[in-house]
Amino acid sequence: MTNAAASVSASIPADEEKSAGARLLSGIASRLVILVPYCWLLFFFLVPFVIVFKISLSQTAISMPPYTPALDFGAGFAGLTDALKELSFDNYVWLTEDPLYFNAYISSVVIAGISTFLTLLVGYPIAYGMARAPASLRPTLLMLVILPFWTSFLIRVYAWIGILKPEGLLNQFLMGVGVISEPLIILNTYTAIFIGIVYSYLPFMVLPLYSTLEKMDNSLIEAANDLGCTPISAFWKITFPLSLPGVIAGCLLVFIPAVGEFVIPDLLGGSQTLMIGRTLWNEFFNNRDWPVASAVATILLLVLVIPIVLFQHAQAKAQEQDR
Amino acid sequence: MNPTWTRFNITSIVLGFAFLYLPIVLLVVFSFNASKLVTVWGGFSTKWYASLFQNQGLMDAAWVTIRVALVSASVATVLGTLAALVLTRYTRFRGRVLFTGMVFAPLVMPEVITGLSLLLLFVAVGLDRGFLTVTLAHITFSMCFVAVVVQSRLLSFDRSLEEAAMDLGAPPVKTFFQITLPVIAPAVISGWMLAFTLSLDDLVIASFASGPGATTLPMKIYSQVRLGVTPEINAACTILIAIVAIGVLAASVVNKQREVQRRRDEQAAQRG
Amino acid sequence: MKSLGSIRRDFAPWNDPDAKPYIRFENVTKRFGDFTAVNNLSLTIFEREFFALLGASGCGKSTLLRMLAGFEEPTEGRILLDGQDLRGIQPYRRPVNMMFQSYALFPHMTVEKNIAFGLKQDGMAKADIDARVAEMLKLVKLERFAQRKPHQLSGGQRQRVALARSVAKRPKVLLLDEPLGALDKKLREETQFELMDLQQELGLTFVVVTHDQEEAMTMADRIAIMDKGEVMQVATPAEVYEAPNSRFVAGFVGNVNMFEGAVAERTEKTARITGSTGAQILVENAGDAAKGANVAFAIRPEKIKVSSKKPADDVNALEGEIYDIAYLGDMTVYHVKLEDGQVVRASTMNAARIVEDPLTWNDRAWVSFRPDAGVVLTR
Repeated sequence: MTNAAASVSASIPADEEKSAGARLLSGIASRLVILVPYCWLLFFFLVPFVIVFKISLSQTAISMPPYTPALDFGAGFAGLTDALKELSFDNYVWLTEDPLYFNAYISSVVIAGISTFLTLLVGYPIAYGMARAPASLRPTLLMLVILPFWTSFLIRVYAWIGILKPEGLLNQFLMGVGVISEPLIILNTYTAIFIGIVYSYLPFMVLPLYSTLEKMDNSLIEAANDLGCTPISAFWKITFPLSLPGVIAGCLLVFIPAVGEFVIPDLLGGSQTLMIGRTLWNEFFNNRDWPVASAVATILLLVLVIPIVLFQHAQAKAQEQDR
Repeated sequence: MNPTWTRFNITSIVLGFAFLYLPIVLLVVFSFNASKLVTVWGGFSTKWYASLFQNQGLMDAAWVTIRVALVSASVATVLGTLAALVLTRYTRFRGRVLFTGMVFAPLVMPEVITGLSLLLLFVAVGLDRGFLTVTLAHITFSMCFVAVVVQSRLLSFDRSLEEAAMDLGAPPVKTFFQITLPVIAPAVISGWMLAFTLSLDDLVIASFASGPGATTLPMKIYSQVRLGVTPEINAACTILIAIVAIGVLAASVVNKQREVQRRRDEQAAQRG
Repeated sequence: MKSLGSIRRDFAPWNDPDAKPYIRFENVTKRFGDFTAVNNLSLTIFEREFFALLGASGCGKSTLLRMLAGFEEPTEGRILLDGQDLRGIQPYRRPVNMMFQSYALFPHMTVEKNIAFGLKQDGMAKADIDARVAEMLKLVKLERFAQRKPHQLSGGQRQRVALARSVAKRPKVLLLDEPLGALDKKLREETQFELMDLQQELGLTFVVVTHDQEEAMTMADRIAIMDKGEVMQVATPAEVYEAPNSRFVAGFVGNVNMFEGAVAERTEKTARITGSTGAQILVENAGDAAKGANVAFAIRPEKIKVSSKKPADDVNALEGEIYDIAYLGDMTVYHVKLEDGQVVRASTMNAARIVEDPLTWNDRAWVSFRPDAGVVLTR
């Protein structure tokens, strides 16, 4: 493990004893800097996934915890082979047999996909307008986009219940101005979920879009105009293609968590709508079937692996460019 | 005025911000509604705030939430800052790819997965669910947000400041505390605030990780919301929003004042 | 034929009263809020001319260029191109193209696509576009780089792509905003001549904005020197250098020695100037400086002779002491401190390798010059 800090301190020739001590100290320090967060994340982020996978292969039992241990590391090799025989894919078979799960996965991905697209449609003009705003105004606008993100997710979703209900504020308003005569049924439908996701995740879409649009050199647009391109066609030929990194980052930031979303379908979608995050929650809290819940989580993770890797890749690339 | 800022741009910003803020504003307004029907205005009243403070269950939950948020934000800030240092300064070590992955994945990981996996970990190691487990869970996911915030500041940090300190004889650890940390302090502070509010707001992970006796405020609110919208919940939400808004605004005012002061100092220095 | 400087060009439509101007700025003013970037400016540019706008940053030269391109509209006045008023015509409808200071190459397109971009906007047939792009690539010697993206090119190559892209549409006028600003010195000198050749070859009108006087002097047929939104002088490089019309222009272009004083005697052609500290200078071609007027006598360093003895022939000779010497290889610059304290800068070509008894620091010395070596400035 080489690092700049250690090599710099090593090159100080002065007091032999002191520099050796300092070198040792800084060597330990730089190792600790890496090890502490590394181990924390290993133990609290990566190991839990292994456990989830392990439990998804075990049997449901009526006990606490409500599953039979699938692996006992204390029993040595014999215990390992025994345990391997015990492992079962029953939970996964169960998931494929009941169409509920399959439908929940499909519907989650579709809902997340549509919502992501809608968020892009709503977010792009906002980010574009912010990037074109006078430079003195931009920090304030940025602040205003971030601010809702600081207020509770739960509260923001909850606020929509009062608006979307049949006797809620939206219907009162629309009927008051005479646009409709019958209240619209929005709450407890997929429309409510779309609204909820677009609303809650909008800042996640606007921020990466804004940062790519803001960095863009205005002389590129001027050059396109100068070469005979109308403003609208310059947008599609220059601005939009160049903002693609922001579009991709924003879409992934919305899509991935939206697939596993629980609060929004639970509060706004009612009992009729199907999303996998809620299915998992129900398996765990209502049916107390931890192994099946683990299997649901494992499959959900597999569904999301590709977008998550794409997201990592985009992040790493953006970081390289900033460097 | 920037000539490229068209009416279309202004309209989309105004509509976008109306969309972002109107629901919150309505929620706050209706917390002062005298009527028990949340959506029918029955005159101004603060009675729901009074009944809120008499609701012992909510008050207990609030106290738990604040303690969890204070502890988890502080630990997450230390760990997240370290992680940010690793991301920006140690570009070459074994397992770096895995490390980067573990920092960025929790940002987008659906909360139900994080929550379930942490719970199963706590059960596997035999940790009783309660205050400690919620705190550990919150540290884990909020440290990644802190890492991202601090990392972006470190990327724009002028390395020659550190090199100058070391050139003048400060060893690396001392350099970090005397030079690096003061410079990146604003990012570390906003990282702490972000971790604090994330912890304050979290429902899903807390529901998995907490046990009896450690019910957090969002869990309490959630269980009441499921029964229907009540003005009392509106009042509770308004207080939470107010706390966060005051915190964020205070921070930005302090920042702005410091900026103004700095500019004034610079001008004074220019004049000699 | 006697001429200012040493070159004489046949291309001089500005001296022909019958020549029709191609671009005409008429009393153009541009304000941004309270700030006046261009102030009541009138200017004419002729077809096939290589015209330079020279000035320090913030003098309004870029604004002038951007108004011609259509990115800014004049607050007052009008701009005519080939007899047509440009007001209200969008940049994408104007028959002018611009080469941007930052080059503004589209980073997501190859060199070829960048060059073809403007042609595609005109709906040109595919085969014609390909032919034109190939021709442009050949012109700027980048045939091998057609498929590269801008970030895979060197600074000089990017500059050439930007140039090829802006001339591909055969615009009536090519606008160049600091075209060589981002290149290093050596490359800049080479490219100056390439730009001149290109302009000759294509027969286009070039308007170039620059803050580099050497660049403007080398390339341009005429130079407009700008200051605070106004044109101070429009003239050929030789006129600007040898016959500046004001103290500002004389000081802005090249090095100059300026003697402030008043006209003591005046004949039809000559004038005797008494310096504020008593020095007497006899000048030919005194222009319109009236007797008693406060004037400046401006003389370039290379037109001043430095010698250790008082020269017999020169009417203008001033005594002083060698104060500083800068040896630059091709020439040597002497700073001579006159009796009245003014420091005179004089440069001498080092024509011989070995000089006997050279002047050195603190030597007594005489500076001398002919009566027609400098100009009298009233402004």
